[in-house]
Amino acid sequence: MTGLSAIELEDVVKEYLSHGEVVQAVKGVTLDIAEGEFFSLLGPSGCGKTTTMRMVAGFEAPTKGLVKLHGHDVTDVPPNKRDVNMVFQSYALFPHMSVWDNVAFGLKQRRTPQEEIRRRVGEMLEIVDLAGREKRRPREMSGGQQQRVALARALVNRPRALLLDEPLGALDLKLRQAMQIELKRIQREVGITFVYVTHDQNEALTMSDRIAVMNDGLVEQLARPRDIYERPATAFVAGFIGTSNLLAGTATGGEMKVRGGRVLVPGHDGEVSVTVRPEKIAIGQDEPGPELSGVRGTVAEVVYLGTYTSYSVSLADGADITVFRQNAHDSLAAAERGDPVWLSWQAQHSYVIGS
Amino acid sequence: MRRGALGDRLLHAYTWLVIVWLSAPIAVMILFGFNDKQSKSNTTWQGFTLRWYAELFEISDLTVALRNSLVIALVSTVITVVLGTMLGLALGRHRFRAKGVTNFLVFAAISTPELVMGASLLSLFVSANVPRDANTVIIAHVLFSLSFVVVTVRARIVTLDLSLEEAARDLGATAWGTFRQVTLPSIMPAVMAGAMLSFALSIDDYVVTSFVNGSTVTFPLWIVGAVKTGIPPQVNVMGTLIFGVGVLIAVANAVVARRRA
Repeated sequence: MTGLSAIELEDVVKEYLSHGEVVQAVKGVTLDIAEGEFFSLLGPSGCGKTTTMRMVAGFEAPTKGLVKLHGHDVTDVPPNKRDVNMVFQSYALFPHMSVWDNVAFGLKQRRTPQEEIRRRVGEMLEIVDLAGREKRRPREMSGGQQQRVALARALVNRPRALLLDEPLGALDLKLRQAMQIELKRIQREVGITFVYVTHDQNEALTMSDRIAVMNDGLVEQLARPRDIYERPATAFVAGFIGTSNLLAGTATGGEMKVRGGRVLVPGHDGEVSVTVRPEKIAIGQDEPGPELSGVRGTVAEVVYLGTYTSYSVSLADGADITVFRQNAHDSLAAAERGDPVWLSWQAQHSYVIGS
Repeated sequence: MRRGALGDRLLHAYTWLVIVWLSAPIAVMILFGFNDKQSKSNTTWQGFTLRWYAELFEISDLTVALRNSLVIALVSTVITVVLGTMLGLALGRHRFRAKGVTNFLVFAAISTPELVMGASLLSLFVSANVPRDANTVIIAHVLFSLSFVVVTVRARIVTLDLSLEEAARDLGATAWGTFRQVTLPSIMPAVMAGAMLSFALSIDDYVVTSFVNGSTVTFPLWIVGAVKTGIPPQVNVMGTLIFGVGVLIAVANAVVARRRA
């Protein structure tokens, strides 16, 4: 990241007319995406992430607000005059053209000299590992190969930013994981800003420099992956990213009383909601010391999941707490179904949202 | 014997019967183009000759009629394909006022009996004081083949991935460039199918043409006129040639379509 802005959205709103009613798909999004950044828009379907990206590409005009590319207002510039390229969810490869002609398409539109087209298309096919398949038609290739053709077709134009709309959605798990690493490598190699739309939290956490979590047309949180995961800003983010436990109550003197125990919330008073990640919680028979948060409960479910075991523990007030325990040293369970247990975690792992 | 063997054999027999039924008239037409006939009528086999192929253009009225038909079919096909493709694109892609009415008219043009269409066109031309000639025939042929092109192109358009065109725009193509390089090649099979359909409809049309031709004689009109005096073998030869070209085009289209698909 150089700190320069590649893409700026200023209070962008998108309204649709649907069956005579105005629907707001995007309700005022402000983003500042830096040069060379791998930026993800993450959220459930219908949250407005794809619409937001399509406004950057120029396929949708914002109802209100500004879209800027490298400081220039492009809100009214058509897609073919914007210096960004997009990789479509369906790849949108031209079926009647060879791989070579697909990749060369953008350069031909810009009337690039033949010699340069030949050189750049060749180089790009080298980068995406498709050299020697220039004459193939898209339908003769596997999903992963088509994906790489789509990537090459966009990147060969050396856009200032590359927009990717759920590009790995159609691939199976193994291939998707391989392509995630591949995408990161390509992004490092070409040094272009990537804006990545996905509903897959793992994908976003793995690849991104920063993530904007979107819900219902708004950005709920914009932060680095670690902060999104460890310090969710809202209950929605906490629930959407990974598994998380939510505890609520009234805190006095930095301690929140719950039935069967206490939660340490240093520096907070009054009504608070607290999230705790399942892997931060220890499960045991003995009451923890006063330096730890601790609650009593009964094991309701034990699920062995290979690298870890998931415990579901019912508290006295009826809440269920999920705990992950690494199967590091033995495969013996720490507790059986029906056992009374103590759950404990360090104060820093209670993350207070909206106190 | 296997169960259903009788059913299988009946099915075979029936299939061959249908094939013979469909191809017998064509076979007879081709065969009698080689008939060395001496009498006026060309209905009994009298020996093999290539004479009619050599004397193909000896009957000047017939030659003029064939040329008229070919020109009318070509011109009306070109007009039909351009208009029909645009209409099919609009109906398959865009929302606009009177879309429902347009769809209805397209359907109505297909389902209107030719007799009705011919008669109403004639009264229209007469009341508008339009002289009947090759031009009115072309107008009529465009009218009744237009819907077939619209229907085939529209069917293709609605299955076309919208993001293909967006991708072209995204890669810097202008609106026209996108149409020429992406949309048109994608719908080409449907456009070609529509073109062949409208050519075939035009070249053999009798009913509508007979209302609006004025003094212009086309190939089918000439044949019907010659029925009383006897149809000369040259007609068989011309029919054979037209059929042959049609088969060639159909095969070529199938080959191209298979390579594209």
